[in-house]
Amino acid sequence: MRVLGIESSCDETAAAVVSDDGVLSDVVWSQEVHAAYGGVVPELAARAHLERIVPVVRAALAAADVDRPDAVAVTAGPGLVGALLVGMSFARAAAVGWGVPVVAVNHLEGHLLSPLLERPAPPFPYLSLVVSGGHTTLYRVDGVGRYATLHETLDDAAGEAYDKVARMLDLGYPGGPEVDRLAALGDPLAVPLPRPLPAAGGWSFSGLKTAVRAVVRAGANRPEDVCAGFQAAVIDCLLARVNQEVDRTGIEHVAIAGGVAANRGLRARLAALPIATYAPPPGRCTDNAAMIGLTGLVRLNAGLESASFEARPSWEVH
Amino acid sequence: MRRDLEDKEATEALGRTIGAALDPGHCVLLVGDLGAGKTTLARGVARALGVTGVVPSPTFALVIEHAGRVPLLHADLYRLESDAPIDDLGLDRDDAIVLIEWPERNLGALPADHLVVALTDAGTGRQAILSATGPRHAALLAALSR
Repeated sequence: MRVLGIESSCDETAAAVVSDDGVLSDVVWSQEVHAAYGGVVPELAARAHLERIVPVVRAALAAADVDRPDAVAVTAGPGLVGALLVGMSFARAAAVGWGVPVVAVNHLEGHLLSPLLERPAPPFPYLSLVVSGGHTTLYRVDGVGRYATLHETLDDAAGEAYDKVARMLDLGYPGGPEVDRLAALGDPLAVPLPRPLPAAGGWSFSGLKTAVRAVVRAGANRPEDVCAGFQAAVIDCLLARVNQEVDRTGIEHVAIAGGVAANRGLRARLAALPIATYAPPPGRCTDNAAMIGLTGLVRLNAGLESASFEARPSWEVH
Repeated sequence: MRRDLEDKEATEALGRTIGAALDPGHCVLLVGDLGAGKTTLARGVARALGVTGVVPSPTFALVIEHAGRVPLLHADLYRLESDAPIDDLGLDRDDAIVLIEWPERNLGALPADHLVVALTDAGTGRQAILSATGPRHAALLAALSR
């Protein structure tokens, strides 16, 4: 079976063809229109998806040498509703035209399962840390459609904290990669910052953000050292929960996904853990359609009932 | 109206006090710098409305709806361009309480009748300054000041 995956939940327009043998094509077009605004502008995102979706899908089908896929899988949430509707309308119309089924896919489930696109792939059960601008959640993945949330952020997502620290330092948008780059040049011990871990579980990054703000206002430290201190604190917090759950569950296979999983500091620290770790290549950490096609494929293969075909701005995985 | 906020707990407690006084159609604008305590105060409002789950920052999602005794729409305009059209955020709801962080990015498009909670950190400790525009929220502010 060959599944066309379509992703348009935020500011990437993406299409991919995934088969039981692997990824046949994977096309991502990143919208650059938002950089000037310091953030994603929902209406501009929807317009840009509308402009790019046909060429992106055509390119994915051509690269896979597929005229008509056996099914279409599309992100139905969580995301910006106007952006989601572009991909969903296109997917449904194309599926009707081809006479094939269309499956609504949860973007977070796509991230959770994305390590299965790589070789070696983690065996079930594995732990999956999804870290992005909107989410910071540690899941236990027991199988397709069988997920449990172990920890989640109580306030800011890790990626959001990166973007806000970048803004405090005037590093531009998106700021995460720039903080990561500067952090590599700084001394993580020069700026001591708190490692807040809520007693009841999960993460809380808002206090860390406030602490960074105080440091930046004081103006006594180099931006490289502020970034290094901040990054070390975030990674310590993330890995503290990972280590805690490895010990508690005995599961020694840990994958990361989501935009912050492309962070070099996090990848290096994860790889140094004495367990089996899985970090997809950076292009498969950020938003992509291969993970959406894969999720559609494995759900269809597992005979799982698909969700109703409606756009869901917030849609958690349970 | 002015309140000193000695710590995070005091910020959340003020949120609970405000939340307990809110009814459907009320609109609260939360103003303050990064890390000033806006999401903490919002969590207090949510708790007073009976929301039991996690109340995360809505920066990425733009709007998160919580099911309390009254629906609570928790919005954040941080990522938006100034004066970006916000009609499609669905904030125009009579049946819900609307709480908006970073409203200064789009003041022109927001309801004229609202309560403003400004969180400041003057170096000597945090303060909240409450003000209201419009008759309905002036009455709310008067009730909160009692």
